[in-house]
Amino acid sequence: MHISLRRRGAPYGVKLAESKLTAASPIERAPLPEKVIIALHQNIGAPCKPLVKRGDKVLAGQKIGDSEKFVSVPVHATVSGEISSTTMLVHPATGQLVEALVVTSDGMDKWVDFEARDDIDMLSVEEILKRIREAGIVGLGGAAFPTHVKLSPPKDKKIDTVILNGCECEPYITSDHKVMLEYGKEVLSGLNIIRKVLSPDSVYIAIEDNKEDAIEHLRELLASMGLDGNWEMITLRSKYPMGAEKTLIKSILGREVPIGGLPLDVGVVVHNVSTAKAIHDAVFEGRPFVERVITITGAVKNPKNLLVRLGTPLRDLIQNCGGMDGEADEIILGGPMMGISQFDLDFPVIKGTNCVLVKKNVPINERDCISCGRCLEACPMHLMPTILVRYVKAGRYDACKEAYIDDCFECGACAYACPANIPIVQYIKVAKSELINRAAKK
Amino acid sequence: MMEEKRILISPGPHLWSGLSVSKIMYLVALALIFPSAAGVYFFGYHALSVIATSIATAVLTEYIAKRLRKRAFSMDWSAVVTGLLLALILPPMTPLWMVVIGSAFSIGIVKEAFGGLGHNIFNPALAGRAFMAACFPAEMTTWVLPMGFAADAVTCATPLNEGFVGPMDNLSLYRMLFIGNVGGSIGETSALLILVGGLLLLALGIINWRIPVAYIGTVALLSFAMGQDFIFHILAGGLMLGAFFMATDYVTSPITNKGRIIFCIGAGILTVIIRLFGGMPEGVCFSILFMNAITPLIDRYVKVRPYGLKKAGEK
Repeated sequence: MHISLRRRGAPYGVKLAESKLTAASPIERAPLPEKVIIALHQNIGAPCKPLVKRGDKVLAGQKIGDSEKFVSVPVHATVSGEISSTTMLVHPATGQLVEALVVTSDGMDKWVDFEARDDIDMLSVEEILKRIREAGIVGLGGAAFPTHVKLSPPKDKKIDTVILNGCECEPYITSDHKVMLEYGKEVLSGLNIIRKVLSPDSVYIAIEDNKEDAIEHLRELLASMGLDGNWEMITLRSKYPMGAEKTLIKSILGREVPIGGLPLDVGVVVHNVSTAKAIHDAVFEGRPFVERVITITGAVKNPKNLLVRLGTPLRDLIQNCGGMDGEADEIILGGPMMGISQFDLDFPVIKGTNCVLVKKNVPINERDCISCGRCLEACPMHLMPTILVRYVKAGRYDACKEAYIDDCFECGACAYACPANIPIVQYIKVAKSELINRAAKK
Repeated sequence: MMEEKRILISPGPHLWSGLSVSKIMYLVALALIFPSAAGVYFFGYHALSVIATSIATAVLTEYIAKRLRKRAFSMDWSAVVTGLLLALILPPMTPLWMVVIGSAFSIGIVKEAFGGLGHNIFNPALAGRAFMAACFPAEMTTWVLPMGFAADAVTCATPLNEGFVGPMDNLSLYRMLFIGNVGGSIGETSALLILVGGLLLLALGIINWRIPVAYIGTVALLSFAMGQDFIFHILAGGLMLGAFFMATDYVTSPITNKGRIIFCIGAGILTVIIRLFGGMPEGVCFSILFMNAITPLIDRYVKVRPYGLKKAGEK
C-alpha cells in the first residue's frame, strides 16, 4: 500500500539540498589497510577490556576486546596481523579518551572460521541475540547503541511495530542507499530476524522519496520473498531530520514518544538498514561486524561508496578517493548536519561511521538573534532553540532543563535555518554537559 | 602532500541555509520599492527627497552609533529598511530637517541605545514616527493632494480625516484607495503596491502569512461588527503597510505563531478603537507600538508544546 506523502510528511524540519554525489556510484571494496586502529569503546554503554596484548598474532574477525556488561558489545580485529601497540584515542564522536589497539596487517587477510547456520528457524531468541552480540553489532545509523539490547525490550513493553529505517535524510550520505540496492536480500533477511525476535503486529520499511530505485528494488524483493502482504513500504517526503527515530515514528504512526522516553515506550523499535544487513551476516553466516559501507564524499577528487574495514585511518580512505581538493581543510565524520569535525587524519573510522565528508571550512559569523522564529519551525522536537540559547548565555541552566533541553538530539536543523548564524547546537551542548557535571556533583 | 595540510575544525551543523539577516533585510528593502515608487509617483520630487534623506540619515546614524558603542559597523541593510519605512509613513511635504531628526531618533535612540538590531523593544520606524508626531504635530498632519511631479502642493484631508470629501459612490472610492490616488503618507496610499511588495515577501518566506491575515482580519471584523465600512477601513490609512511591513518585524513581534496571532488581534482591536474613538484619525502606528511593548510578556507565557509532552488530562 502506498501512502500519500503529504500526510506522512514531517510537520517540522528543514528542506536541504541533497548533494548526494555518490548516488550512482556502486559500492567499491577499499584496499586492505596496512594497519587498523580498533577503539575499545565504540558503542553506547560499557567499554571493552582488551583480550590480547602487544605482539599477539590475530586473525581477521577475531574478538580482541569484550566486556561482561549487558549494554556493551565486543570488538574484533578487522585485518589479520599483529597487535603492534596499544594507544589512547580521542573518540571521534564523544571526544573522550578511549583505549585502542593497533593491528598491523600481515597482508594475508586470514579470517577466523565462521559458524554459519542455515537452520535459523531452529534457533531460540536467546541464541539469535547471542549471535548478534558476539558479532559486535550496534545501531549503524550513527547512535551506536548495542543492537541486542534494543532487541531485548523489557517484558512489560509490548512491541507492536518495527520500522526499518532507510531514510538517510542527511545530505551527501549514500551508504544506506547503496546497501539497500546491493544487499537488499540481506537487509530484508535481517529485518525478518528482527521480526522473529520481537514478533510485532506490523512491519514498516520507511524510505525517503529521493531513493525511488531502492524503494522499487525492495518492493520487488518483498514480492519475490512473498512478504509483500505483511510488510508495508512507506515512502516519505525528503525532509531533514525525517530519519530521526522520534520524527519517523510521529510521521508514520502519529505517535509521540514521551519526553525522556524511548521508542519502545510507544511500542516501536526502529532499526537502520545497514544494521539489518549486519544482523543477517551475524545470524546466518556467523560473520562478525568488521566492515561496513562508508560514503567518502565532498571535496575529494573521486567521491566513492567504499566497503571499509573498521579502524581504517581517514587518511587511507581520502587518499583512495584521490585526495582532498586544494581548498578543502576540514574533515567531518558523519554527514554535514550531525557529523563531527576531526582534527587528525590518522583517526580511524568506527562502527557508527557512515560518511567521511571533506569540505572547506566556513567561519561562523555569529550575530544577535532577531527573533525570526525560524529555529522554532525547524525543530523536530518542537523546542524553542533561541530561547534555550538565551538561557545558556545567561547561565540559567536550570531554565534550560525546564525548557526540555534534554529532548534535543542535536540534529542541527535550527542552526541551519538561523539567519544570525548562531551555533545553536554548540550552545545546547555546553548546557547539557554543564547540567551533567552539576548532576554528578550532587 | 596531505600531511602538510592544516586541518580546521568547527561546530556542527556544517551546512547553513545562507539566508542571512543581511539578505533578509535586503529583500525587505527590495519589496518596499513598490510602495516607495507609488509614493514618488503620486507625490513627486519632495517625497523622493524625504525617502533619500531618511535612509541616508539612518545609515549614518547607525555608523556613528556603532563607532560610539565600539562595535563593528556592517552594512546589513537593516538601517536602510528602518529609514525607508520611516519615510513611507511620513506626510509627503515633511521638511527635510525634521526627517533627519526623526530618522536619527529611530536609529540612535530606539534601536542602538537598546543594544542594536535584535534588542530593540519598539519598531524603530514607528517609534520615530510617534516621536515626530509629538514634536511636530502640525507638519505631521499636513497632507497634500497626489499631484505627481506638479510644482505646487495643495493641502487636503486624508480619507480617515473628518474633512475628507470623497467621491459619492463606494466603488470609485475603493478604487482610489486601492490604487493610492488619495492624500496620505508617502508609502501608505497605494494598497495595490503594498500588496505587491507584501506578497513578494510572503512568497520568499520572509514574512509569516498569519500576521497580515490576523491583523487585517481583526480590523475588518471589528469595524464590520461596529457598523463601519470595513473595506474602507482595510484600504485607508496605514493598515496595509503596517500589517505587511511593521507588525511583521521579527524583533518586535512575538516569536511563536500563536503569540503572533495574539499580537495581531490586539493591534487590530487597538487600531479600530483609536480610529473610531481616539483623538487621532489613524491608529495603526500606536496600536503596533503598544503591542511591541507587551511582546516580551506574550513571549513569556505563550510557548510551543514540545514533542512528546502529554497534554493536561492525558494518561
